[in-house]
Order: sequence, then structure tokens, then C-alpha cells
Amino acid sequence: MSNYLGLEVKPLTEPGMEEVERVAAWTRTEEYREKNFARQALVINPAHACQPLGAELAAHGFEGTLPFVHGSQGCASYYRSTFNRHFREPAQAVSDAMTEDGAVFGGQNNLHEGLENAVALYKPKMLAVFTSCMPEVIGDDLTAFIKNARQKGSLPAGLPVPYANTPSFNGSHVHGYDAMLLSILQTLTEGKAVEGRCTGKLNFIAGCDFNTGNYREYKRIFEEFGIPYTFLADISDTFDSPLDGAYRMYAGGTKLEDAADAINGKATLTVAPYAASKTFAWIKDNFAGSHASIPTPFGIAKTDAFLMKLSELSGKPVPDSLRAERGRAVDAMTDAHQYIHGKRFALYGDPDYLAGYVSFLLEMGAEPVHILCSKGSKKLEKELQALLAASPYGKKGKTWMNKDLWHLRSLLFSEPVDALIGDTHGKFAAREAKIPLFRFGFPVFDRVNLHRYPRIGYRGAVNMLTDICNKFLDIKDETCEERFFEMMR
Amino acid sequence: MKTVEGITRESTLEMIGEALEAYPEKGRKKRAPHLAPNDPSACAACVKSNRKTVPGVMSARGCAYAGAKGVVWGPIRDMVHVSHGPVGCGWYSWGTRRNLMQGVHGVTSFAMQFTSDFQEKDIVYGGDKKLKALLAETRGLFPLAKGISVLSECPVGLIGDDINAVAKASTKELGVPVVPCNCEGFRGVSQSLGHHISNDTIRDYIIGTREFAEPETPYDIALIGDYNIGGDVWAVKPLLEEIGLNVKATWTGDGEMERIAATHKVKLNIVHCYRSMNYICRVMEEKFGIPWLELNFFGPTKIRASLRRLAEHFDGRIKENVEKTIAKYDPIMQAVVDEYRPRLEGKTVMLYVGGLRPRHTVGAYEDLGMTVVGSGYEFAHGDDYERTAPEMPEATVIYDDASEHELTHFVEKLRPSLVGSGIKEKYLFQKMGIPFRQMHSWDYSGPYHAYTGFPIFARDVDMAVNSPTWSLVKSPF
Repeated sequence: MSNYLGLEVKPLTEPGMEEVERVAAWTRTEEYREKNFARQALVINPAHACQPLGAELAAHGFEGTLPFVHGSQGCASYYRSTFNRHFREPAQAVSDAMTEDGAVFGGQNNLHEGLENAVALYKPKMLAVFTSCMPEVIGDDLTAFIKNARQKGSLPAGLPVPYANTPSFNGSHVHGYDAMLLSILQTLTEGKAVEGRCTGKLNFIAGCDFNTGNYREYKRIFEEFGIPYTFLADISDTFDSPLDGAYRMYAGGTKLEDAADAINGKATLTVAPYAASKTFAWIKDNFAGSHASIPTPFGIAKTDAFLMKLSELSGKPVPDSLRAERGRAVDAMTDAHQYIHGKRFALYGDPDYLAGYVSFLLEMGAEPVHILCSKGSKKLEKELQALLAASPYGKKGKTWMNKDLWHLRSLLFSEPVDALIGDTHGKFAAREAKIPLFRFGFPVFDRVNLHRYPRIGYRGAVNMLTDICNKFLDIKDETCEERFFEMMR
Repeated sequence: MKTVEGITRESTLEMIGEALEAYPEKGRKKRAPHLAPNDPSACAACVKSNRKTVPGVMSARGCAYAGAKGVVWGPIRDMVHVSHGPVGCGWYSWGTRRNLMQGVHGVTSFAMQFTSDFQEKDIVYGGDKKLKALLAETRGLFPLAKGISVLSECPVGLIGDDINAVAKASTKELGVPVVPCNCEGFRGVSQSLGHHISNDTIRDYIIGTREFAEPETPYDIALIGDYNIGGDVWAVKPLLEEIGLNVKATWTGDGEMERIAATHKVKLNIVHCYRSMNYICRVMEEKFGIPWLELNFFGPTKIRASLRRLAEHFDGRIKENVEKTIAKYDPIMQAVVDEYRPRLEGKTVMLYVGGLRPRHTVGAYEDLGMTVVGSGYEFAHGDDYERTAPEMPEATVIYDDASEHELTHFVEKLRPSLVGSGIKEKYLFQKMGIPFRQMHSWDYSGPYHAYTGFPIFARDVDMAVNSPTWSLVKSPF
């Protein structure tokens, strides 16, 4: 039989059960771990997506904004589906559907025709354009294309069209978020700086956060403080809109005029040092008022720092209501410490999330053992190691930068832990290792409503604590010997 | 001819006209031929299809890579499927199509994400060397994998890498088939080309390279175009076995590389998803003389007809078995209908999916007393619409590659009792207060195929349409 590979015709082969069991056991050995970690080219089960996904998230955070993917059609479909599955909400975005002819002639025609159709059909207040692989490889010049579209009249005058280059072949969704947010802010604030004007507001950037509950929690905290604020890239309503029989294509988002006026703000605070690093660097040079970039407020200490920073930036004292909330969270943590103290954890996810999980676990006396980031950096590694070094519970902690979930699987077998924190993609490793997976990250495809529960702030700490401790209690009740099954726990 | 009260050619044309009004002239001209009232008597496609998606219009379509990885190759359980290129495409298609598989995860079955995670330097210097190294690493870490497919993403084709040469060399060195599939996302107009390209690579690299160990029988068949969504294959295969056939290979749901490679030895191919796998059926017919038959396993009416058509290809023993089997399941199915039909009688459905579902599921809804009042495909060709016309009632609206704008307009006008479409449409229509089922993924339920699937389908449809949650949508204040 001829075929392209010149293969001989062979009978079917079945590996015997013994062989399968032998190989399965081997994949859990130190030897396999070594081989696995020696990988140079193959990536298996990475814990990160590509830049445009993050860019789309940033775009969804602005009022009336239509995310516009310049590139192949399928990319837009993939980003949208991912958001649909995680949030269980619509995620509306268009693509200019470049195909072979785009590869040859460039994507300008697609972009112009696409802009015209998108404006007519979906009447956006802003079009946020970002690229997928194809135009990046062929070198499409978005700056020129969009300028030409204006000249041609494919775009109505005054319609803001920020654009970002978000090649999928470097960085991750976190970097794409930063790039698009930066472009949106640059576009909207252009020429809006007014000498001597101060909005009196705090500009706030939560970063590439996929938890709508976190956004609502930040807002609640500002309101407790009585701080006037502009939440930049606010997806809380976009991806958590009411079901009342009316479909709103653009639900929620930061008002464009508020975002434009942010340049005259009293202060700007970001709690996403990794996901908004370029944006923050630009803001520092361009926005009025004071600026601060601090870690995401997971756990008590980081929330304390957040509230103190808010107090400093706003000139308002931390309100009693939040002080009481802190006390209640500490009370809850002390009450429940016995269920989590000394428990060993493996964690993976985005940089800002990871730093937060580690901080929280150390406060509980739990031990973060494997901390893995599939798109990490030296800076993140240093920060995580400093966190670990500052606590006796961090002694066993190891950081694994630019490793994937197949590496993690090896770690789970060679240095076992009690639980995993990450996203849905870790469920296979968790099942094999027979440990629970706490889905605090993104994406969560297989559980409902987790993105509605805040993980940040004191309430977020209580939520994480509740989830973790009660799961360990469930496991105990489900697995303990009959004679140890009792009323009290 | 089926008709629907209140739907006429004129009313449908008017509705289409309204939807088109919002477009700029050029866009309107491009979209108009894709929307039309059905004409069952013509038995011809009433809409144009398989054309480029109009830029800037919100389409539900995917790409060639999605068709190759997500549909054809991905479900083959004992091969490693490498998403060759940047990290995203593989990540987005990782575990999201619900093609269930047996085997030991990471040892004999590989529902994982393998990628070359292209970086800038791979774009500049090319990714062939990396691919070669990656294939060797794969072989070393997964010794029981029966083969490796290399599914190229956009940049691979754009920078001119020669994955075919790498695959050929690696096949020799590694001792397992390495199949290169040039399914870059920018090729063609939709995922459909990815199906075709994948079928061609199976033809060129796999089929004919294995032989079944057991002796041939006249009852050897293959199940083609069933992807085991929610366990569909596991509903159909036992049914076919019950009527006395030997299902030698399943394509590609819960599929095994070597069984696929030996399919050229079967006596009949039965194809469920015609769109994605008619190509390989034609190849096997021309090259190996294997006849093929399109069947429909949704709902008792269509299953009955399908089994009888299938029986025509075999001897009296099979014919007898088919009648026995139908007689056995008819009362069970009737009980399902008796339970759900009273609650669903007269309800309407609009469909917008891919593959075979916009026509194949029509009968199953009708078994439940429901009427399908609109149907369309994301990535169909003319022959799909030809097959759809007789299934759909007179003058109901047919839409090809519907934009979100058009679909929303049609649904608002017709206010169906249920929309069956994909994840991208689901939450939009639910916000409108319209019951919805994801018909790509069975909404995390299933199977929906065959006799095992119909009770689940009926329960799910009833559950969606009659969920008490819908009565809460309108607030009392």
C-alpha cells in the first residue's frame, strides 16, 4: 500500500494491560520527572492564553466598545467562546476575517470594509482594534491603515479607534490586556489634560482579572470609603448583566468621558503590577495627581496595604466599617486555621493572582510548595521568593517559572501536596493526584458562579477560606473510617 | 409539504429585508444571497454558502485549524495532536468540544494540549527545528502514543515552514506515523476546509497502513462522522452491534489511529456528519470500492428510517434484526414521546449550528411535537442546503453564516420557544428570555444520538423550554 510516509502495512497492535500500567507508573517516577523537565521544545498544557484574549477583556471594560479582531476569523470565535464559557455571558466582538488574499495583499481592505460594517451594524461608541497572529506575521501597519480609514470615510469623525499590536507569539493574555488598556487610555485622554483641573477622583485599574465579584468588591470598598472613583476597564456589568428579557449588546463598562477625564484625576492606583505595568509606566508620566502600583489585595496584609494606600491617596481615613470587616475576616481565619494550617498547596496561574494566593496561604499557616507560572518573569520569581522567605511556612516553597501543567503533574507525584489552586485546566492533574482543585483563577469552565465570589479584600479572604476549609472537611467526612465519622468537626 | 401557520414566503422575505436594512450597501449585497425562505419542493439550495465571511460582521464561524484540530483529528484518542504555532489556538480548543474518549490519560489517550508555543524567534528563524525536537520529546515522554499529528496554525504557513519534510523524516526516526496537516486558520472561509484538509491527510498518510487482526466478515462497517460528543458514539455503536454489524472503526470520536488506518477493509461506511467526512467516504468508495450511506440517528422516526435503509445493504439476518430492534425500542421511545410531547406540542424551534444538526435534528423535534421555523449553518456547502430543504417547512427562513445581527432580528420576529445554537449565541438569547440549548456540545449533557440519546434529548428540550426560571424573568415591580 503506498502512502506519503512509505509505511508498511502492519497488523493492529494493542498494548497489554500490564504494559499500560507499567508506563502509567513510570510517568509518576523521578526518572520521568527528569525527562519531563528536560523538555526544550514541547509545551504540554500551558497555563496561559495568547495576547489578543487579554486585549479583548480590556476592551470589554469600556462603555459601548466593540472589540475588533484584525486577523483570521477563527481567532475571534475562540476568544468569544472562552469568555462565554467562563462568565456564562455574551461576549460580543467582531473580526475582519482575513483569509489567503489578506496574507498576500495585507489586511487593509478587510479592515476598512470591516470597520464600515461594524459601525453600521453595531453602532459602537468605541472600536478597540487588536491583532491576532496573521497580520503580525505579514507586518500590517495598523497606524497607517486606521489613518487611511479615517481619510476614506470608513470611520465616522470622532469615533475613537484605539488599536494595539497583540502578537500571539510572545507574552500571554496578561500582556495583551496591558497593551490594549494602554492604547485605549492614550486614545481617550489625548488632548484632554487641562492644566489646573482636578476631577477629585481616584482612577483605579484592577488588571487582567476575570472575577466579576472582585470588581464589585473594589467598588464597594471605594463606596465604604466615600472615595469618588473612575474604575478603568470595569467588566463587572459587562460580564454580569441582569436577565430581564432585554438583550443589551453593550452592558456596562467605564464611561468613555470618565476614562478621558482620568488624565486629570487626583490619583491613580493599580493593583495589577504585572498586568498593567506598561499602562502604569505611561500613566506615571502623563496623568495628573499621584500614582501608585501595589499588589492585588489577596489576604489580610495585602488588603491592609490596599486600604492604607487608598487612605493615603484620598486623604480619607479607613472607615470603621472596613476595620470591622477586617476583624471579622481575622476572626474567621483564626477560627478555621486548624483546617488548613500545615496543608501543602501547589498553585499556578497569572502573576498577579499567584502573588496573592501565596500571601493568603502563608497568613493561614498553609504551605505553598509549588508555585508555577507558565509565563513568568525574573521579577515575579523574585517577588514570590521574597514572600516565601519572609514566612516560616514558605520554607518548602519552590517557584517554577515558564513551566506548564505537565511539569506540575510530575511535581505532584514526586513531591505531593494536599491541594491545588488554579483554573479548570488543572482538573486532570488534580484527579490523578487525588487532591482537590480550588478554582480561583481563569478560566473556570466546569463550575458555576465562582467568578461572582470576590477573592480580593477581607471578604475575598473569607470566601477562599470557606471554600478551602469546607472542602477539606467534606473530604474527611467522605473518606474517614466509619468509627471516626462524627457529628463535630 | 410541511407548512407553518403565519409563515409565508412574503412574511419571511419581509423579515429578511428588515435585517438587511442596517447594512451598508456593499455588505447588504454580500449578505442578501445567504438568506432566503425555504422551498422544499425545489430540493435545491435556496441560499448561497461557503463564501467568505463579510468583514466586521459578527460571525459564529471558526477556522480551518478549528475544523482540523477540534473536529477531525482531536478526537482520535491514542495519538498526540500537536498545535504547531503560537500558544492560543491549542489552548482555546483544549477540551472544549466534548469528544469523550477511553484510555489512560497521558498514557494511552491524550486529551491534552500539546503546542510548540511559537515565540518571536520561531517566526523569524522558522519553527522546523523546534518541531523536530518536539516530536522526539513527544515520543520519549509518551511511548504508547500510536502517532502524532501536526496541526499548523496561521504563522506556520505564512513563514513557509516545511512541516511535511519534518514529519516525513521524524516518522522514520521515531517509528510512529507523524502526520502533517496544513490547516492554517487563514485558509478557506470556515472550519469546513479544515475538515477537508484533514480527510485528505488521513487519506495520504494513514489509511491502508493497518489490517485488522480478526478475519473479515460481510458485516464489517465503520461509523464515520460521529465525534462522541457527550458519548454519542457509545450510543450508536452498541445499536449497530445489536443489529448484528461489526463496527470496526469509529471516525473519529473515541477513535483509534490503527482502526482508522484499517478502515479500507470494511464493507460499508455509514456517515453521520456528512459535512465533515463525505470526503473520506468518497475516497474509500473510489479507491477501495466501499459504498457509503448517510444516516440520521436523532429521534425515533429518523432512527427507524435509518436502520431500515441500512438493512437494505445486508442480508435477511440483518433485516430481521433491524425489525426486531425497532420493535423492541418503539414502545420505549413512545413512552418518552408520551411523557414529553404534551408539554412541547406546538412549540417552535430555531436552529443555527454546524455540521449536520440544522437538518438532522429537525425530525427529533417533530417527534416531540415541535416545529422548526428557522435553520442555518455556520459552515455548510450547497449540498447541505439541498438536504435541508425537504426537512424544513415551506417558506421558513434559512440563513447561511448568519451574523449575530441577523439572527437576533429573526429570533425577535419569530419568538421561538427554543433556540438551538452554540455557546456564542446562548447567553445573548437567554438574556432575551428565550430558552436555549447548546447544540454543538449538547449543553454539557448527552448523548443525543440513537435510542439511548433520545430520552436525554427529550428531557433536555423539555427542561429548557419549561424551566420555571423563565417565569421569573419579568419582575413584578
